[in-house]
Amino acid sequence: MTDLKKLVLANLHAELGGKMVPFAGYDMPVQYPAGVMTEHLHTRRAAGLFDVSHMGQVILRPTSDMAALVAAFEAMMPVDVAGLAEGRQRYGLFTNEQGGILDDLMFANRGDHLFVVVNAACKEADVAHMQAHLGAVAEVQHLTDRALLALQGPGAEAALAAWVPGVTEMRFMDVREFDTGFGPLWISRSGYTGEDGFEISVPAAGALDLARSLLASEGVAPIGLGARDSLRLEAGLCLYGHDIDTKTSPVEAGLTWAIQKSRRTGGARAGGFPGADRILHELAAGPERVRVGLRPEGRAPMREGTALFDPDGTPLGEVTSGGFGPSVQAPIAMGYVAASHAAPGTSLMGEVRGKRLPVTVVSLPFHPTTYKR
Amino acid sequence: MKYTKEHEWLRVEGDLVVVGITEHAATQLGDVVFVELPEAETMVAEGDEVCVIESVKAASDILAPLDGEIVEVNTKLVDKPGLVNEDPTGVAWFFKMKIDDLAALDDYMDEDEYADFIG
Repeated sequence: MTDLKKLVLANLHAELGGKMVPFAGYDMPVQYPAGVMTEHLHTRRAAGLFDVSHMGQVILRPTSDMAALVAAFEAMMPVDVAGLAEGRQRYGLFTNEQGGILDDLMFANRGDHLFVVVNAACKEADVAHMQAHLGAVAEVQHLTDRALLALQGPGAEAALAAWVPGVTEMRFMDVREFDTGFGPLWISRSGYTGEDGFEISVPAAGALDLARSLLASEGVAPIGLGARDSLRLEAGLCLYGHDIDTKTSPVEAGLTWAIQKSRRTGGARAGGFPGADRILHELAAGPERVRVGLRPEGRAPMREGTALFDPDGTPLGEVTSGGFGPSVQAPIAMGYVAASHAAPGTSLMGEVRGKRLPVTVVSLPFHPTTYKR
Repeated sequence: MKYTKEHEWLRVEGDLVVVGITEHAATQLGDVVFVELPEAETMVAEGDEVCVIESVKAASDILAPLDGEIVEVNTKLVDKPGLVNEDPTGVAWFFKMKIDDLAALDDYMDEDEYADFIG
């Protein structure tokens, strides 16, 4: 095995009893002694602190003018970048020429530059991809001297406001910089659990102090990757490499909300992104297959790779994420099926250990989101 | 009590062998959310997959530790899979087997050997 990269907070995870596993090249806490179920429910009830420092943090700083960077960044994805106001963040997708997804990401307009957060497993490729497409108009800075913490749940605002009072004024997808005793914090009101909360970029030197301060707040507990996965699944959010990849288009994935009108046929800046032919066609004509929510009728979880059939036995697709939803208190899954069988309420069969078991298509999310809009 | 390398415990109860998973196994699995049991009165061979346990993290099996007949299963686990975490060596037994020769149990680890095995 190749050497795993250590998180800045590795010693804190050890002290908290974190069970470490390899993930995207990092030695990551998958759970703490409380366990996945308890950690999940705690996040929904109070607040959870996640170390997501494995993710890639990238600054795109224009070499001459911001408009040139914005235009070049827009040419990389089917998303409205030019319309994003200063101090706001948006979900984005790098697409390939076939209309598949290279990675999903968050990008923020910070006035004189863009700040981008990408998935850990893709970050080297993403940085090279951005360098290739943006190198002529921007400096691509992959930051390796900052940690990234997510504080999620109904108690997140109060816990963070005790140290950074200004966060109470932020709403969902706002981004702001705060000068604090932990160093300059770049905070967005976002996350990947379906809960209200924040993602906090902190200089490595201040990360331990910040994490300890937040953990000392009432109701804040450390949460591992295991619960992060069950939380995002209940929220109906895609995990790159599982629910979306280079073969799936944003339309098939049900991510059409991320493709603003300005980039669609008839929009002010329609097309002009990799894979536009396929993506615009699918927007108009509908995709052949589509990502759906799935509720197994029995208690057996249907995990990634479970084959899906119609009641007559015709193959329809497969599960891309599946497990048990602690807040739903039942097995839940997402997967791709033929568009003809994607309506909520459709009865399908999923093959688990050789047995075909009933499963119903449902709308997403499984658990209501509580973003502070 | 005897132990298998698959982290099952075996307890003799009259002429039956009661089978469950160890505390160590339950901890490693994490919160158990689903248990599938065999039918009672099923003949099984050593190494057959007879039960499925799914935790929040993954699925795993319980293998038949010996040749014999499954005579009773613990249906409580189907409704309350969490019992496997709460009391793995007591309330949360999985099944009872009738085997021809209890001496076959001698091949399995005793408590000290199992403690060494899991380090």
